[in-house]
Amino acid sequence: MSIHDLELAFQDKIDNEIKIEPKDWMPEAYRKTNLRQISQHAHSEIVGMLPEGNWISRAPSLKRKAILIAKVQDEAGHGLYLYAAAETLGMSRDQLVEDLNSGKAKYSSIFNYPTLTWADMGAVGWLVDGAAILNQVMLCRTSYGPYARAMVRICKEESFHQRQGFESLLVLSKGTKEQREMCQDAINRWWWPSLMMFGPKDSESTNSDQSMKWKIKRKTNDELRQNFVDMIAEQIKLLGMTLPDPNLKWNENRKHYDFGEINWEEFWNVVKGNGPCNKQRLAARNKAHDEGAWVRAAAMAYAEKRKNKLKTKAA
Amino acid sequence: MNILIKKFYYGDIPDGASENEKPNTHKLSETSWPLWEVFMRSKQGLDHKHAGSLHAADAQMAIENARDVYTRRQEGISIWVVESKYIHASNPDDSEMFYEPSEDKVYRHPTFYDLPDEVKHM
Ligand SMILES: [Fe+2]
Ligand SMILES: [Fe+2]
Repeated sequence: MSIHDLELAFQDKIDNEIKIEPKDWMPEAYRKTNLRQISQHAHSEIVGMLPEGNWISRAPSLKRKAILIAKVQDEAGHGLYLYAAAETLGMSRDQLVEDLNSGKAKYSSIFNYPTLTWADMGAVGWLVDGAAILNQVMLCRTSYGPYARAMVRICKEESFHQRQGFESLLVLSKGTKEQREMCQDAINRWWWPSLMMFGPKDSESTNSDQSMKWKIKRKTNDELRQNFVDMIAEQIKLLGMTLPDPNLKWNENRKHYDFGEINWEEFWNVVKGNGPCNKQRLAARNKAHDEGAWVRAAAMAYAEKRKNKLKTKAA
Repeated sequence: MNILIKKFYYGDIPDGASENEKPNTHKLSETSWPLWEVFMRSKQGLDHKHAGSLHAADAQMAIENARDVYTRRQEGISIWVVESKYIHASNPDDSEMFYEPSEDKVYRHPTFYDLPDEVKHM
């Protein structure tokens, strides 16, 4: 078959909702796009552990500490599922980790914002995991099999993340004046970065929408962002708090909430590495990796030794 | 703002968007842990099913890591691991000649046989 025929057959499978598996023929650009997206997604889970891990030792109660540890542990698992999916596309784990640590690979900019108070743990769970979930639910139906399976597994675990965040804020919202202020402050700081998680506006796109045609994605940035705004604008009423957007208003014609303009300059600045915590995050990842080197080497040496012992025994 | 905006999505940021990318300082010289495939029995009486893969130095570590990542919510009660390099797979390019011969053998299915309604329990 010629490349052209292969491409037609490939698109035909996609159109018929047949998943693509690792050993199937796929266009090089499809492989690359998936590899980039899955690995960035994996890196986001891994770097995402840092702002929350920061609060484990300072959680206000044993219950909250246990919840936070469980959530951070889940995120490590998510990173692993996604790295494994990325590896099926032909890049080694070492290379993936290397690209993150060197700053070559990207991860979601949201994790370059600092977590200043305990209320941030609630806001992150509710808003950041909430935004991620909308993306991930859609990705459960993505066309690349290993990615879709990883997403199904992740989505099962993810809903507790958002619920514990909301519940934590709910407790603060019923607390003292200081606690209520802390709650509102965290929401104020995390609202706009959460909206930015969905990426640039559809209208600012210059590329043809190959990701949609290949069904890697099934909803546009703006669609997902609107879903998110509609969901949060309702939920916040139960907290008795407000979102920091004077333009947020229910639009009866559209049956959606209207909302204000995102600060795109800030968005691009953080993407380019000039966010409040970009350097800290990478430094923390590199430190962990470097300090773990002897553990990895020792485990390998031990496995080698045991293998040899078994061999001599058998001989 | 003078930036050419290209379409990209959450989780799909274009390459080369970073200004302070530093050169690779690490070397990939470490010997890496091999890859393992994990199979899990979710409850007594069911088959082991593929759960995912992970890296580990040896089988024992692979089982322990599989416990940590794949059974955090009681998803399994028994784990098998096998080093990925020992798995042999059929080739998807051959699937036509490999699986098609069974397509026209409808007589292998019970619905192929037309029986009178009076025949019970069959
Ligand atoms: Fe996650
Ligand atoms: Fe999460």
